[in-house]
Amino acid sequence: MAQFEKANSVYEWLDQRLALTKLTKVLMTEYWIPKNINFLWAMGVVLMTMFKILLISGIFLLMYYKPDTKLAFDSVNYTIMQEVWFGWLWRHMHGVAASVVFLVIYIHMFTGIYYGSYKRGREMIWLSGMLLFVTFSAEAFSGYMLPWGQMSYWAAQVITNLFGGIPFIGDELVIWIRGNFYVADATLTRFFMLHVLLLPLVIMGIIGLHFYSLRIPHVNNQEGEEIDFDAEAEKFKAGRKAEAKVIPFWPVFISKDLFVLGVFMIFYFYLVFYHYNFAMDPINFDPANPMKTPPHIYPEWYFLWSYEVLRGFFFDVGPLSAMDIGLMAFGIANVIFFLMPWLDRSPVVAPAHKRGPFFIWFWVLLVDMIVLTIWGKLPPTGINAWIGFFASITFLGLLLVALPMITKQEAKRAGGAA
Amino acid sequence: MADQKRRDFIGMVFGGFAAAGGAAALYAMKRTWDPLPSVMAAGFTTVDLSPMKPGEFRTVTWRGKPIFILKKDHTDLKKCDDADVKVGEGDYLVRIGLCTHLGCIPAWEPGKQIFKCACHGGEFDACGANTFGPPPRPLDIPPFKIEGTKLVLGEEGPEYKKLVGKA
Ligand code: HEM
Ligand code: FES
Repeated sequence: MAQFEKANSVYEWLDQRLALTKLTKVLMTEYWIPKNINFLWAMGVVLMTMFKILLISGIFLLMYYKPDTKLAFDSVNYTIMQEVWFGWLWRHMHGVAASVVFLVIYIHMFTGIYYGSYKRGREMIWLSGMLLFVTFSAEAFSGYMLPWGQMSYWAAQVITNLFGGIPFIGDELVIWIRGNFYVADATLTRFFMLHVLLLPLVIMGIIGLHFYSLRIPHVNNQEGEEIDFDAEAEKFKAGRKAEAKVIPFWPVFISKDLFVLGVFMIFYFYLVFYHYNFAMDPINFDPANPMKTPPHIYPEWYFLWSYEVLRGFFFDVGPLSAMDIGLMAFGIANVIFFLMPWLDRSPVVAPAHKRGPFFIWFWVLLVDMIVLTIWGKLPPTGINAWIGFFASITFLGLLLVALPMITKQEAKRAGGAA
Repeated sequence: MADQKRRDFIGMVFGGFAAAGGAAALYAMKRTWDPLPSVMAAGFTTVDLSPMKPGEFRTVTWRGKPIFILKKDHTDLKKCDDADVKVGEGDYLVRIGLCTHLGCIPAWEPGKQIFKCACHGGEFDACGANTFGPPPRPLDIPPFKIEGTKLVLGEEGPEYKKLVGKA
């Protein structure tokens, strides 16, 4: 039974009712982090900060934005950009954050792959992280539609069209998603709803799940070492801080996090003030025109690699049309990373440079995704089409064939050694 | 035991009601996403073809999509019995002007007598057939009905059914 006595301070009064002391311990001062990690482990806190920036800048954009095909373009490009005090600041912060958040997500993901942080009890961390990647992608796609420029319009047209490739229900599904026979007002208003309410809510829920899933297995470390967190925490609490392999999240680890965050924020605000153009496609400063396609359509940089997998297959194979193969490859590319913990058949948790062939695999994958990203923006003609094709095949082969094979060998060797 | 059965029964009744309510809610949500009746009703466009001259190319709008109309009689434009629409003496190509690859709008190039899609280089000939590049099939035929010299887009007439083999 809880004890409610006369409290001597506001803190004590609250503590009796909300268990603040215990809560701080559980979430902060006795949440243990290994010492043996580097700046790459600060990406989570950077991501959290970027999400908060998106939320806050988004709320201010929302004060003047009008979700209506007749008004949207001017509400952004005239009202927000020219009339509202600091409207340009919110817009540039929002656009730049939406772009760099993906850079950080990719770094975060590849850190996880490099150090094997997706297995041995960390599968749920990985899966919830991938859910965040997918919901962020949907968030970025729906947000890109809102200014209702030419790129907004034609990206929406092409991406919603992709659902037409689903057998039997495809055509009807496209109309259902758009709420019209073409991308129209009903499409804008429903994606507006998704962008400003439903998806942010879902993202916040998944962020909660992501953090919670870290609780039991804890974060990995640079050597993939299995740490007895309870024993190490006892050492730290007993004052043997130098000997303990762990430090508390608050106030020790967070101070390192904040340093990395500080460096990142300088970079971020440099982009916001001096280099925001990369996040603002010039074609999108023409208002949407359903009767005129821009000569060259491409997605934002963070979708280019999967877009290139979609385009990579440009010739028919037997009964399969080029378009269907592309769609299937694109479908696989978008979900394949979910399966990472199972495609890796080895129990070894170690940094890639201690895993022999896996190390090579890792860098080939990274380079291949960079190639896909670069070629995703080039017109797919002549030699470019072939480079896109080989890079796409390589991508699928790396994940579906090479990874299981390499890691199976590794499992055998590890089994032999043990 | 009797008591347990009673509890199971109450549990099942509760579950049944909850499932029915859930299904009803899902149906309502699905319908809210459906195109509105006004959108469905606005799905017809009537075009009078009589003022068109041989070789003339027009784009009209139907359901927000561009519709290509090309008058081909009395010209050297390629004609195809199985692809053209005949209205009176006239011979027309009537197609949805969206590339069957990913939906860009191809441009009519009268010199080369092709539709050229700038997005990924697809080409279609004067019969709407895909002749080059990624498009997987010919330009789509919009549902139409012929009323005298007028073309009603959005309704499936006998000529349309014959053309797409649905008769
Ligand atoms: C809950 C938070 C958010 C709110 C309330 C919000 C709100 C808005 C609004 C009103 C716009 C239209 C104005 C404009 O184009 O500048 C917009 C645009 C956009 N949003 Fe968000 N947003 C949020 C989160 C996000 C997130 C998490 C992402 C992506 C990761 C994102 C990506 C975008 C993009 C790419 C645009 C288009 C930017 C542009 O063209 O300037 N938003 N958002
Ligand atoms: S959309 Fe026309 S070729 Fe791709």
